[in-house]
Amino acid sequence: MQPFRTLTAIAAPLLRDNIDTDTIIPSREIKSVSKQGLSNGLFAGWRYRAPGGREPNPEFVLNQVRYLGAAILVAGENFGCGSSREHAVWALAAQGFRAIIAPSFAPIFQDNCINNGVLTLCLPRATVGALGQALLAGMNEPRLTIDLERQELIDGAMAVIPFHIDPEVRLRLLKGLDAIDLSLRKLAGLDAFHERDREERPWVYL
Amino acid sequence: MSERGQSERLAGGQGEPRARSLLEKIWQTHVVASSSGPAWIAVDRIFLHERTGAIALEGLQQRGRRVHGPERVFCMIDHIVDTLPGRTDDTLVPGGRQFITRTRAAAHAAGIRLFDVTDRDQGIVHVISPELGLALPGLTIVCPDSHTCTQGAVGAFAWGIGSTEAEHALATGTLRLRKPPTLRVRFEGRLGAWVGAKDMSLRLLSLRGAAGGRGKALEFAGSAVRALDMEARFTLCNMATEFSAVTAMISPDDTTFNYVEGRDFSPRGAVWDRALANWRRLASDEAAAFDEEVTIDVDDLAPMITWGTSPQHAVAVTGTVPEVEQSGTTSEAHARALQYMDLQPGQSLTSVGIDAAFIGSCTNGRISDLRSAARVLAGRKIAAGVRALCVPGSSRVKREAEAEGLDRIFQAAGFEWRESGCSLCFYAGGEDLGLGRRVVSSTNRNFEGRQGPGTRTHIASPATVAASAVRGCLTDVRSLAAA
Repeated sequence: MQPFRTLTAIAAPLLRDNIDTDTIIPSREIKSVSKQGLSNGLFAGWRYRAPGGREPNPEFVLNQVRYLGAAILVAGENFGCGSSREHAVWALAAQGFRAIIAPSFAPIFQDNCINNGVLTLCLPRATVGALGQALLAGMNEPRLTIDLERQELIDGAMAVIPFHIDPEVRLRLLKGLDAIDLSLRKLAGLDAFHERDREERPWVYL
Repeated sequence: MSERGQSERLAGGQGEPRARSLLEKIWQTHVVASSSGPAWIAVDRIFLHERTGAIALEGLQQRGRRVHGPERVFCMIDHIVDTLPGRTDDTLVPGGRQFITRTRAAAHAAGIRLFDVTDRDQGIVHVISPELGLALPGLTIVCPDSHTCTQGAVGAFAWGIGSTEAEHALATGTLRLRKPPTLRVRFEGRLGAWVGAKDMSLRLLSLRGAAGGRGKALEFAGSAVRALDMEARFTLCNMATEFSAVTAMISPDDTTFNYVEGRDFSPRGAVWDRALANWRRLASDEAAAFDEEVTIDVDDLAPMITWGTSPQHAVAVTGTVPEVEQSGTTSEAHARALQYMDLQPGQSLTSVGIDAAFIGSCTNGRISDLRSAARVLAGRKIAAGVRALCVPGSSRVKREAEAEGLDRIFQAAGFEWRESGCSLCFYAGGEDLGLGRRVVSSTNRNFEGRQGPGTRTHIASPATVAASAVRGCLTDVRSLAAA
C-alpha cells in the first residue's frame, strides 16, 4: 500500500450530505471481477449527460477545468453511506483521489478507504463548509495541503487547521502497512483461542 | 473509548459482575488479542456472494494466503443472478456470468460450501443464513454486504464489511475493530393493523436521520420489539445500515430460540441443550448501561413511505410531502430530492401515481412478507399500466409460498412470480423497471439511481406496496383493506 505522508493537491468541493456508494459508483458500472478500470464509473450518474453515456455533464464539479486533477474531495456529512462495495474507494483512488475531507463518514466506507491508503479526514461541519466555499469561490487555485505527520491541514489562505486522527490509522497510512500481514504476525494465540472456544461453544464449529 | 475501563467497572462495588449488554457479552467471548488500539475479534461466520466473493478469494490466493476455517465460510449466489425461470450462469447483467463462474471456482478451490444457482437452498444471504440455522445467537457474523446487520436479529453481532476486510477475515479468522458505542432503541406500545417492522424502521430514520446511528451498535428493545416474530425482527435490524449503524441486534428470547431450533445447521441433542443454556444468558442484563437510549411510541404509528432520495425522507403514507422546515434536511437537499422525485411540498402522498411495484429483497422477501402482500392481493388485480414483480428472498421461501398457493394469488393479481435473488433492489445494468419510472418497493434504498437511472423509488412495507399496486398510486393499505 502506498504510504501517505503529505499531500498538496487540487481539492474539489462536493458538499452534499449522505452521498451514498451507489452514487459514488453505480452498480451498473461494476462490469468485471476486478479492482481496476473503475475510474470511468466514478459518479457516473452525475458526471455524464445521459445514463450509460460518456458525454461529460459540464455542471458536475469534477468536469470543471478548475478542479482537473483533483486528489482531495471535500464532501458533506456521512459520506459513503449505503452499500459496502469497496469499488467506491477503488473508483475514487483510480481517479486519483488520495484524501477525502468531510464532517463524518459512513463506517464501512471509512474502513475501506483506510485499507486502500485513502485518508479520511473528519473536521467540524462549519470548517468543512468554509473550506468548500473557499474552494468554490476563491480566486486562487483550489489547492490544499495535508500533512499527516504533523496532523495539519493548510488551506488556500495558508491558515493551518489541526486535525485529529486515530493514532493507529495514522501509523498505518504513514507506513502503508498491510493489515493482514500485521494481524497474521500478532495472532499466534489464535489456535489456542479456537481450542478453548471449541470446548465452550461447540455449536459454532461445523 | 476505554474498553478496559468499562469491563473492569463493577456494579455497586460489591464484587458483583457489572451488568452487561448483549454486545459486551458477545465481545468479551470473542477477543482473541487486544492492543492499545482495536482488538482482534474472532469471526464465527463469514458469508460471501458472487458480486465480491471472487475478488476476495482470488486476492487471497494471489498472495499465497489460505482461508482460515473454510468450514465456517459460506458463499451465496444472489446479487446479480437472474430471477427469470430457467436461469443459468448467463445473466441479463452485462458481464454477470464471470462474477458467478469465478466465485464458484474460487469457492470450490478454497473448500467453501457454496449455495449455487440451482441449489435448493439458494437465496439472498441474509435470508438463507438464518433460514438454515447458520446465524445463531451469540455469534460474530460478517459479510461484504452492508445489510449483514439483518442477522443480528437472532442476538448475534453481525456487520457488513468491504472486500479487503473480507480478505482479512478469511485469512486470519478475525477482524480488528474497536467496540462500537451502544444505542438502545426501545419501541413501546402496540402496533396497529397493517403496521409493522418496516414502518418502525422508517419512523426511526425519519426522526433521527440517515446518520443518526453512525458508528453505533444498536440494540432494539421494548414491548413492540418483544412482540415481533423473527421475520419482522430481521426487517427491523436490516434497515439499521440505512441509519449508518455498524450493527443492530435484539436480545435473544423464546421467540429466537423457537425460530433457531431444528434448522439444518442448528445444534442438536446435547449440544443444543448446552447452546440453549448459554444463549439464555446472552440477553442484555436489566441494569446494562447503554451509551445512548431512545424510546419511540408505536401506538399511533401509521404505515410509512419515503418521499425523497434518502431512507430518512419518510413520512406516514396518510401525510403530505413535507415542506423544507419539516423535512429534517437542508433546503438544498430538500429541493434536490423533490426535483429528482418530481414531487411538490404539500402534495398528498396518496395522490402520487406509480408505474411499478416490487416485493422482495433481504429487507422484505420472507414468507411472512409474501403472505402479508398476498392478503392484500387476494381477489384483486393490480391497476392497469402498473408492472409488478414478486421475487422471493430464497428458493425455500418460494417453495413455501407455492405450497400455500401464494404464487397463484400474486400471478392472478398481475404480479410476475420470480426465482429468488436480490433482483431489482438495485439496478446492475441488466433488467430494469424503466427510465424515470416511479416504483413503490419493499426494499431498503431510495437513493438516486439505485433501482435504475432516473428511477424514482418509494420504500414501504410489502402490504403498502401491494395496496399501491392495486390502486395504481401510493396507498394506505388500511383504506384498501377496509374497502
